[in-house]
Amino acid sequence: MTIQEWFDKRKQAQIERRAKDMKGIEENASGLWVKCVHCDSQILKSELEENLMVCPHCDYHFRINAKTRIAQLFDEGSFEELFKNVLPTDPLNFVDTESYAERLKKAHSKTGLDEAVITGLGKIEGHKIAAAVMDFDYMGGSMGSVVGEKVTRIMEKALALKIPMLAVTSSGGARMQESALSLMQMAKTSCAVGKLDEAGILYINLLTEPTFGGITASFGTLGDIIIAEQGARIGFAGRRVIEQTIRQKLPSDFQTAEYLLKYGQVDIVSKRKNLRKTLANILDMHGV
Amino acid sequence: MSIVLDFEKPIVEIQKKIDELKKMSEDSGMDLEAQIQDFEKQAQDYKKELYSKLKPSQKLQIARHQERPKFLDFVELMCEDFIELHGDREGTDDRAIIGGLAKIDGKPVMIIGIQKGKTTKENLEYNFGMPQPQGYRKALRLFKHADKFKIPVVTLIDTPGAYPGIKAEETGQGSAIAVNLREMSKLTVPIVAIITGEGCSGGALGLAVADRVMMLEHAYYTVISPEGCASILWRDASMYAEAAEALKITSKDLLELGIIDEEIPEPLGGAHADYKTTAESMKTSILKALKELNKLSVDELKEQRYNKFRAMGRFIEG
Repeated sequence: MTIQEWFDKRKQAQIERRAKDMKGIEENASGLWVKCVHCDSQILKSELEENLMVCPHCDYHFRINAKTRIAQLFDEGSFEELFKNVLPTDPLNFVDTESYAERLKKAHSKTGLDEAVITGLGKIEGHKIAAAVMDFDYMGGSMGSVVGEKVTRIMEKALALKIPMLAVTSSGGARMQESALSLMQMAKTSCAVGKLDEAGILYINLLTEPTFGGITASFGTLGDIIIAEQGARIGFAGRRVIEQTIRQKLPSDFQTAEYLLKYGQVDIVSKRKNLRKTLANILDMHGV
Repeated sequence: MSIVLDFEKPIVEIQKKIDELKKMSEDSGMDLEAQIQDFEKQAQDYKKELYSKLKPSQKLQIARHQERPKFLDFVELMCEDFIELHGDREGTDDRAIIGGLAKIDGKPVMIIGIQKGKTTKENLEYNFGMPQPQGYRKALRLFKHADKFKIPVVTLIDTPGAYPGIKAEETGQGSAIAVNLREMSKLTVPIVAIITGEGCSGGALGLAVADRVMMLEHAYYTVISPEGCASILWRDASMYAEAAEALKITSKDLLELGIIDEEIPEPLGGAHADYKTTAESMKTSILKALKELNKLSVDELKEQRYNKFRAMGRFIEG
């Protein structure tokens, strides 16, 4: 290992560790200042928010929740939430070190959300669009029956209204506590994309930090156009699983948006501040 | 039986006694037929009892049994005139997924499956049944061929999961599977899928968006391997038996949950005890399903397939 590699690895580990605590940082930041998890600089909280939760010093993109994302992407007041009434249950009575029922309760009280996705209709610079926006803070954004159902319903809505569809993903993958029922949500949502595809409805993916597993292997990568947000980590298998399988060191930028762009897996890597304009332009050029 | 699973040891013990008695009877000329029959009955009863009450973790062992019949065994036993069709036309012929044209009961099918080996050498060739994106893309090419020429599709699935590797990520493991899920939903020909051994995660589902999804009795089908689940949720991979229980991975559980349409019985002692009977049962189920599906118009077929997966999931409507 060269010294540079050692530094890279150390930096990477630091970022990952802090990314995990990111929610904590936001919560602790009841004061005026927050510390950037990437460059350590002190940022005025209001300045960070005004800068779309991107560090003004090092351009590090903080992970943001679904509500913040919606506020950033859609025309003010245009987003109308749908299918909020679809709620989770515990079909397998799953218990590991904690019961699934308990985990659902905790996720709700932590986030105020009923599930890991918000679906609805909104406008981006005047363009009407159906959207599913995932929230990593709710059980790692994992896809169980509710996420699959809401994503499918909003796609069917886009189909019925003949308007474009946007999926903003942020998820660790399938929800283990629903086992095969969760796996089948991959099939269900992909079949729904098939309908959009056959009807010639524009479907756009926006992959954000992080997008993995069952999401990458279903509706998350089936877009006609795939945009990845700068710095987002995106992949099928997790880094640790790959390292254990192949027993070799992975490149430090492995599975980043930029890395995937280099290998032709995404169309566009975009800074957060440009996303709205990019989406509006794409919609415009498709005449939708 | 050359590989003995731990829970099968009592049967082997009884079998040893039977063999001893037989030898004794031969050597001494004593008539021990009654005792031998008694022990044989004991062995049989024990086996029946054992196999009717297998725990999920024991089924895992059977599903992963080195001598369990593999895709090419089933092709040989169920099909005539198999013509393998190789490659993804982009530079790769992933050996973990094998497919081609064949006849079942005289009728052509496109049969595609995940192949595992029985020896280390074979397993290296087939990458332990872990396909690369190029394997899924080869399958997709064959799906499209079948669609174009109106040939029904049969898939046989036996995988610990899609391969987690650097090149697999660089060449789009996730999207290769995703595209198959979407495209299978659009095929205009009947699709029958059978989980024959391990049905692990997206790597299995990538060939299983079918009109009829079946499972061999001791196969398992899950969103994540019990070991993987245990290491994440219990933070201890050795808790895999508990995870296997919680994940509801058996054919009976999945039939109840509506995830699969049919359980195909295995001979006593598991598929590895009797390849031929297993293959016969699979063939019967495939033919029956194809006969039913052939009656449907293309629109009905596609609609039923969509609705089948559309209905999966459990939630509350508040």
